[in-house]
Amino acid sequence: MKESKKNRHVYWNPYFGGFLLGLLIIFTFYMTGRGLGASGVMKSGVVTMVDQVSHEHTLHNAYYSKFVSGDKSPMNNWLVFETLGVLAGAFLSGSLANRIGFRVQHSPKITVKRRLVFALLGGILFGLGAQIARGCTSGAALSGMAVLSTGGFITMLSIFGTAFLFAYFFRKNWI
Amino acid sequence: MGPLIPNGILSYEWNIIIAVLIGLAFGFILEASGFSSSRKLAGVFYGYDFAVLKVFFTAALVSVIGLYYMDYLGWINISMLYVHPTYLWAAIVGGAIMGIGFVAGGFCPGTSICAVAIGKLDAWVYVLGIMIGVLVFSEAFGTFENIYNDTNLGNITLVDSLGLPASWIILTVTVIALIAFFISDVVRKRVKKVFY
Repeated sequence: MKESKKNRHVYWNPYFGGFLLGLLIIFTFYMTGRGLGASGVMKSGVVTMVDQVSHEHTLHNAYYSKFVSGDKSPMNNWLVFETLGVLAGAFLSGSLANRIGFRVQHSPKITVKRRLVFALLGGILFGLGAQIARGCTSGAALSGMAVLSTGGFITMLSIFGTAFLFAYFFRKNWI
Repeated sequence: MGPLIPNGILSYEWNIIIAVLIGLAFGFILEASGFSSSRKLAGVFYGYDFAVLKVFFTAALVSVIGLYYMDYLGWINISMLYVHPTYLWAAIVGGAIMGIGFVAGGFCPGTSICAVAIGKLDAWVYVLGIMIGVLVFSEAFGTFENIYNDTNLGNITLVDSLGLPASWIILTVTVIALIAFFISDVVRKRVKKVFY
């Protein structure tokens, strides 16, 4: 306990974390027949906001209209409730390890502004890519691999392969 | 026999409670493994921290081995589980765009939610970015529609694609992961330490 107060960046052994995460995925499939997800909630959020601005618009858009049906809110779905849990769980873990606090984490070699600009651009690309591939690292890659989905493996290889290829161009931001 | 909710053993109302509990565990595990730190996550691409590789592959192996064992023992019917559909080009192109986003922003959606929860402002901006990305995709759906719907191979698994038994595939993936774990430790010793 004393150790973790001195250094806020002491984390679980990665194999231990991975083992527990694997058990959680098994439990999720055992209960619901589906895997975990993350990007879905941001899609629900966007669809809800656009729907509030103009219901006509969401009904006529070929993509939004997949997620608005009748009087059921797009926020009333499994992933939204799961994400509420994720926020609470991460907050709990962060509290126990003394990691809570408003701050921008970045390499000392770059400015806060540069970090935020790249975070925004990275987010935009990830959001776009996750829609094209129908899921992100959680929903497509990890949950896909758990049931040997071919698409899951391809998405995983594509994400990490491309990130390795492009890592050189972004090295100033990290090392 | 599982899955419990699709088989009607647990009522549908439980789904919401289970969703929150599963999310709670998911968030806790990710945060405690250090996935709320973009600098730790990005380490895998520069060789100074392999937590992403180790957590991700360990989780994938434990879950796939566990699910196939449970199927073998008759505790779960694996053919009832949802298999992420394979749209070949969408997976490749979408994955490539996500890869650039990952190394530029340092998060993926799940990890950014964890970082949002502990107050990382860069993660708040990242989530805003994701929502802009979703908005761009939806508003310009006509442009992306072709790639989105191209080469639909259905809900196929590697068993279908490779024509090999599941046990062989799982064994191969396990061996690849073990080699990757070993190499990652060798690499990390040779790369300059990065403190964050």
